[in-house]
Parts: sequence; structure tokens; C-alpha cells
Amino acid sequence: MSTAAEAVRPIARPVSRVRRLRKNRYGRVLVRMPFYVLIAAIAVYCLFPFYWVVRSSFTPEVNLFQTPIQYFPKHPTLANYRGALSANFFTDALLNSAIVAGSVTLLSLAIGSSAAFALGRFRFHGRSFVLYLVLSMTIFPQIAILGALYTTITTLNLYDTLGALIFSYLIFTLPFTIWVLTSFMRTLPGDLEEAAYVDGATPLQVFWKVLLPLIAPGLVTTGLLAFISAWNEYLYALSFIQSPNHYTVPLAITSFVSNTGSAFAVPWGQIMAATVIITLPLIVLVLVLQRRIIAGLTAGAVKG
Amino acid sequence: MYPLGKTIYQSFTDQEFLSLTPTKWVGLQNYRELWHDTLFRNSIWETIKFTLITVAFEFVLGLVIALVVNSSFKGRGAMRAIMLVPWAIPTVVAAQMWKWMLDDTFGVINDLMMKIHLISHPHAWIASPGTALGAVAAVDIWKTTPFVALLLLAGLQVIPQDLYEAARVDGANVLQQFWKITLPLLKPAILVTLIFRTLDALRVFDVFYVFFGNRPDTETMAIYDQSTIVGDGHVGYGAAVSVVIFLIIAIFVVIYVTASRVTGENT
Repeated sequence: MSTAAEAVRPIARPVSRVRRLRKNRYGRVLVRMPFYVLIAAIAVYCLFPFYWVVRSSFTPEVNLFQTPIQYFPKHPTLANYRGALSANFFTDALLNSAIVAGSVTLLSLAIGSSAAFALGRFRFHGRSFVLYLVLSMTIFPQIAILGALYTTITTLNLYDTLGALIFSYLIFTLPFTIWVLTSFMRTLPGDLEEAAYVDGATPLQVFWKVLLPLIAPGLVTTGLLAFISAWNEYLYALSFIQSPNHYTVPLAITSFVSNTGSAFAVPWGQIMAATVIITLPLIVLVLVLQRRIIAGLTAGAVKG
Repeated sequence: MYPLGKTIYQSFTDQEFLSLTPTKWVGLQNYRELWHDTLFRNSIWETIKFTLITVAFEFVLGLVIALVVNSSFKGRGAMRAIMLVPWAIPTVVAAQMWKWMLDDTFGVINDLMMKIHLISHPHAWIASPGTALGAVAAVDIWKTTPFVALLLLAGLQVIPQDLYEAARVDGANVLQQFWKITLPLLKPAILVTLIFRTLDALRVFDVFYVFFGNRPDTETMAIYDQSTIVGDGHVGYGAAVSVVIFLIIAIFVVIYVTASRVTGENT
């Protein structure tokens, strides 16, 4: 390394001037200045669109469609929220999405954790084959099976029902859930389980009383990720759902049309109010479970 | 796995949705037609352009953000939470937000850009063919860059700090530290992130659909496929499209993996 260090020395000199600046209190702020500007810029970039949504949702329709643009609503109003919530297909959609995403989450966790129990705690022939099969299923794109799903769903008479969505979303949430939960199960020490078996517990009891509580953090993370992906899905919802009372949230948000039929074809105020209503619970959920999500995502990414 | 097998089988048939004539085995017929299908060829090209633009921007911006957030400062936890928010909201909702911001007469983007004299008159970003792709790319970049940054940040945090200590003692400047320590050690995280993002971008559907519907000059592979199957009911032909999309995505994965092997041997 010494040769590299010699080659470097002349370039290294400006650093020392920065160091001298750092000793001084004001100098320290000066050196850190560009850094904080950068941080602020990143925060503004992430958050400004949300501000704009909130601003537009409280701005009366008349003021939305006039120039110059008001950056802060002069006459804030709740009319847009009333409008959005009085649209039947939107309130239905909130309920539908809750049903679909809720069942997908529960089913993936139930099936996923029992599959993970089998794959993670028992040795049997073809175990790694099954694991890689599961992993490869997480990679192929949703669009690749649209045709097959479409015909399957119509033959099962599920077309235009919420069941169609639950069925097709499970195809995507299950492999991920199984994969992550299996890797959780594998990290658990075997002693606990053995102790339980020695005490006369059945495999089912071991699963319920010993293993499930231990993988609870994994359950929360994968459950949340399954919930979010089911809540946000659009392609299948668009393809398999037809009647407005079966819409999910993403379908509903693109279906607002002006009831006045005036020049402003799109009621942006209501759409923005609906956006606030949809995103608020997600944001709260994400902020509360922030650490868990990041851990789960990176676990999935690194091991996947 | 079953649906995937069924798709491949369907791609060799002339199956039509709700058709009265029984489905026949047609061999490679669908693929031959697909080869001459200019609409599909355009959609491939459109998707690849979108992928290159978004992945490049998201990676570079994401890396910068990850490096900035990786240094310790007050409010770092809050910053990470802020970065997670765009990722969590539905893509369709993000697309709607931006569609409104990009509105040609009442959109805030035109207004802001005119205020700082970047443009002299309002643009119809979404309607005009020249900027349409840039407009959708902007949505995707906004929504996913923070997520890319979070993945890279996780990679940065496992790099041991004493390596940087040692480099400083040896007199390496910040840039050298970046090229010789950060980048090589970050490579696994970078590779995973790039693969994930590329796969996602190649199957893009939501943003394009919300912005343009079925506008022919801005169809992606996924939109073309969806409208073939669901809109027109050509299940067999659509299945062939699905298989080709699947193969294109597989090619990208192979390119990434081999590229990483080659550079891995050099270092």
C-alpha cells in the first residue's frame, strides 16, 4: 500500500484546509452546509408531491382550474372530501380492497408459515428443489401468466368477483412469504424444539407454541409486504373486474369523472382528496413499522 | 408454476376468449406472426428505452442519496422514513398525482419551471410525443429512487468502518476511497438492486396505462399483451406475447449475471 500512498499525497493536501476549517465552530457549519442543503433537497423531492396532493384536496374546484396557481389554498374547503366519499364506487372500493388485501395477507401467512415449518424444520428428499422452485416463482412477471389466469378464472366462474383477485394475488405473495419465513425458521436453534418434543409436545403444538411466536417479527414484515402489494395491484384488477361495485382502490382512483360534465373533464380536487384518504393509512403503517419493513426488504433482496 | 406451463401451451394454439370454434394446435404460427408485428416491436423498443432511462437515473440518484444518508446527522431516522413513503403508495396513485402536477394549464410543474425560467411557455408534457416518455419516467424515478437508495444503504452499512480509517491513514482522498473501497464492496448490493429494478421496469404497466391508456405510440410490452388478451380476447396470441416478454426479461438477467462474473474476475 505504501506506493499507492505516495502517489496520493499531493492530492490529499486540500483536505487539510478543510480540516483546519473544521476546528473553527463557524467553519464547521460552513463545511457541513452543502451537505444539509443536499439533505433538504432530497426531503423536498420526496415530499413535495404529497404537499401538492394535500393542497389540491383542500382547494375549491373553481380555484384549482384558474391561473395563476395558488400555492396555498386561499379558501380551504372540505367539499372535495365530501365529493369523494359520496361516490359509491369509491367507498365500495375501500371496503373491497380491505377484504381482498386482508384475506390475501391472512391466507399467505397461514399457508406460508406451515409451508415454512415443513421446509425449514424437516429434512426430506427434494427439499432444496422445492425451495428453488418457490424462488423461481417470485421472479417471473405477472403479465406472463395473465392469459392462463384469465381462462382459469372464467372456467372457475370467478370472473368479476373479489375471489378472482384473492386467488391471483396469492400466486405472487405466497412464494415470497414462504421464502422469507423459511429462512427465518432455519435460523432458529433446534434445542427449543427438541426440549418441547422431549416434554411430549406434538409437532402441531411445537409449531403453535414454540416456533410461531419466535418468527413473529417475520410474520409482521411479510404480512405487511403482502398487504401492500395486494392493496396496490392494478393489472389483474383491471383485467378481472368489470362492475364498479367490485372495484378495488387503484381502479377507483382512475374512475372519477366529473358529474357536472363541464369543461373540466377530470375532477382533480376529488381525486386528490381520495388520494389522501388512500395513502394516509399506508403512510402511518409504514412509519410505524419502518424498521421491520427495511429489514424484510433487504432480507428478501440479499437472500433472493 | 402451473399457470406458466399453461401459458406456454396456449401460445401454440389459436385460442380465443368466448369463442365457439374449438381451440386448435397451430404450432409456431403465433410466433411467426409476432415476428412481423410492428406494434409489438414498437412496444418492446418503448419498454427498453423506459427501462434504460429509469434504471440509470434511479441507480445514480439512489447511490448519491444512499451515500448522503449514510453519514451520521440529526434526523437520519426521519429521513429514512421519508424515503420509504413514495415506495409504499400504489403506483396508480403516484401516477395520478403526477398526472395532475404535469397538467398542461393548471399543473404545478409548468408553473415552477416557468418561474425559474427553464421553459418560456407551458408544455403539454403527457400529450406531446417528445416528452411523454420523460413524463412517465419522472413518475417512476420519483417513486422508486428512494427505494433503490434504501437497498444500497443497507449494503453500505455492512462495509466495515476501519477500512476507511486505514485508507485515510494511507492518505487516500474521498474519491479514491469511493472507487477503491465503497464501489467494490457494494457490488453485490448493486447487482441485486439493478436486477430487481430492471425486471420491474421491463414489466411496467400501471404508470403507462394511467397516463396514456391504450395510446398506440406509448404502449409497453405489458400493455400490448394485456389489451391483446383482455381487450381483444386473443388468448393464444397473447400467450405467445407473454412468452416473448418472459424470454426478453430472462435475457436481461443472463446479461447481468455474466457481466458481474466477468468484472468479478478482473478485480
